[in-house]
Amino acid sequence: MSPALTPVEIEALRLSLRVGLWSVAASLPLGLAAAFLLARGRFPGKLVVDGLIHLPLVLPPVVVGFALLVLFGRHGAIGAFLYQRLGVSFAFNWKGAALASAVMGFPLMVRAMRLSLELVDRRLEQAARTLGAGRVRVFLTVTLPLMGPGILSGVILAFARSISEFGATITFVSNIPGETSTLPLALYTLTQVPGGDAAAWRLALLSVALAMAALIVSELLARRLGRRIQGLT
Amino acid sequence: MIEIEVEKQQGAFRLAAQLALPETGISALFGRSGAGKTTLVNMVAGLVRPDRGRIAVGGELLFSSERGIDLPPERRRLGYVFQEGRLFPHYSVRGNLLYGARRGAARIDFDAVVALLGLAALLERRPGDLSGGEKQRVAIGRALLAAPRLLLMDEPLASLDAPRKAEILPFIERLRDELHVPVIYVSHAMEEIVRLADTLVLLSDGTVAAVGSVEELTSRLDLRPLTGRYEAGAVIRTTLAGHDVTFGLSELAFPGGRLRISHLPLPLGTAVRVRIRARDVALSRTRPTGISIRNIFAARIMEIAPDRGPLVDIRLDIGPPHQQVPLWARITLRSLQELDLAVGSEVFALLKTVALDRTSLGRYDSAAFGEDEAG
Repeated sequence: MSPALTPVEIEALRLSLRVGLWSVAASLPLGLAAAFLLARGRFPGKLVVDGLIHLPLVLPPVVVGFALLVLFGRHGAIGAFLYQRLGVSFAFNWKGAALASAVMGFPLMVRAMRLSLELVDRRLEQAARTLGAGRVRVFLTVTLPLMGPGILSGVILAFARSISEFGATITFVSNIPGETSTLPLALYTLTQVPGGDAAAWRLALLSVALAMAALIVSELLARRLGRRIQGLT
Repeated sequence: MIEIEVEKQQGAFRLAAQLALPETGISALFGRSGAGKTTLVNMVAGLVRPDRGRIAVGGELLFSSERGIDLPPERRRLGYVFQEGRLFPHYSVRGNLLYGARRGAARIDFDAVVALLGLAALLERRPGDLSGGEKQRVAIGRALLAAPRLLLMDEPLASLDAPRKAEILPFIERLRDELHVPVIYVSHAMEEIVRLADTLVLLSDGTVAAVGSVEELTSRLDLRPLTGRYEAGAVIRTTLAGHDVTFGLSELAFPGGRLRISHLPLPLGTAVRVRIRARDVALSRTRPTGISIRNIFAARIMEIAPDRGPLVDIRLDIGPPHQQVPLWARITLRSLQELDLAVGSEVFALLKTVALDRTSLGRYDSAAFGEDEAG
């Protein structure tokens, strides 16, 4: 068994990384906004919003995939609009895979950010305002840096969720090599053909390596950030 | 002028305060915990919104429910030193100091503040590595560099032990004497107030019980329940009149005599306020001789206040004719009767030099409170 990756494996890996990075990047601002809304907002129906955001965590992924298909498919309520007006389509391409990943990872991202925001000492924000900083500057220079570890862990969790996403993706955008066939989907394909075990093993190990790398990098970064916001060098 | 006229209902607690403070020197807000001191300061800072009222500093309205004005904290140009420092943990000391630093005309010289507060060696350190006293000095510097027109200090020494307090107090005195920043200083420690404050505000259950000079309010019998029984004593304004190098003593002159204290390393002519606790003063019917006590003043008994049980507080006048200088003495009821003391009796008040330590002495800003008001 050659240690070098085959072209098929490289393609699946690159696709997984692209889908993961895009899904995280696109959901980061929304995740921050949702975390603020849930941690600091006071409005009627907050429990319902909270529930909706967390729904993908407890629903069967296939339900999420089906809902995405209905809403964002070429003829779906939102998908038709996006395609006709903006020429953007999520149907059966890698963007759809990223959207499915983003929806599935969103609750994890929001949860981590919300917890870290609740731990930010609001008295520090008050101190910043008495020093002449307006709300935006306080957010950028005090709140956001102190949320650092929570944002980081939210991003890593969402990314990890994305590279392991299967059910919603295959339901929404199917399993198309080079387009929507990320590592788990490619692995699934191999398990369905006779004699594919060896190749399946290699993809499984690749998935493990990718997940471990993400966890280790996040742990190292979290330690540095943690010391920093505790006021230590 | 700092004008405050606010009302706020917070659950069962009601704050309704009305006061005017001078824009010079240090004004102390004194009261038990729960009296509303911090709430009042937070209202001035814009961190707590009054239900009704108006707050103005130097003629500018910061808050007015009538005119719909409520400046956000960042636009009030007030400095705030919190009890717990509230340094930004993710910035270095330098970063903290510069966070609110103003540029342009209102700029305050960074190096001058660093020198004033002794921060030069700390600049590259991070808040997590600082002692409690160092943190408070950085917090004071950070507030000062924002060039506030008024500095609010909410029990800045409360979380420090006695040596750390002694370390910070001189810095706060220098703010007043060298930078001339007016300060509103919240405290429940009378020693700090006597040492620092020019104007005293007594708060009780959310209302202002009295406003006046520290000397006047601390010698008023009716305010005794608020100023505290243990703290009972008089505050006298003096001038540093001489040093006795041989014996390491200094002399403070006041209308009515001279007070000998341990050497005070300040220039002659410095205005010094002395707090003399009632329990440190003894009385004698005749002028005692052959006694170690050097501070002996002819006095007349003005008022006798029964205290708890066996003790009485006696208000004396040790001033020259036609000018009262109040002094309090606490003696036992038994001594009162055995010496046959009554209002109008002529006595001698005795005070040990060692009873006047550094915590009883404070410099004051003679401009802060009009002499006629000070009484």
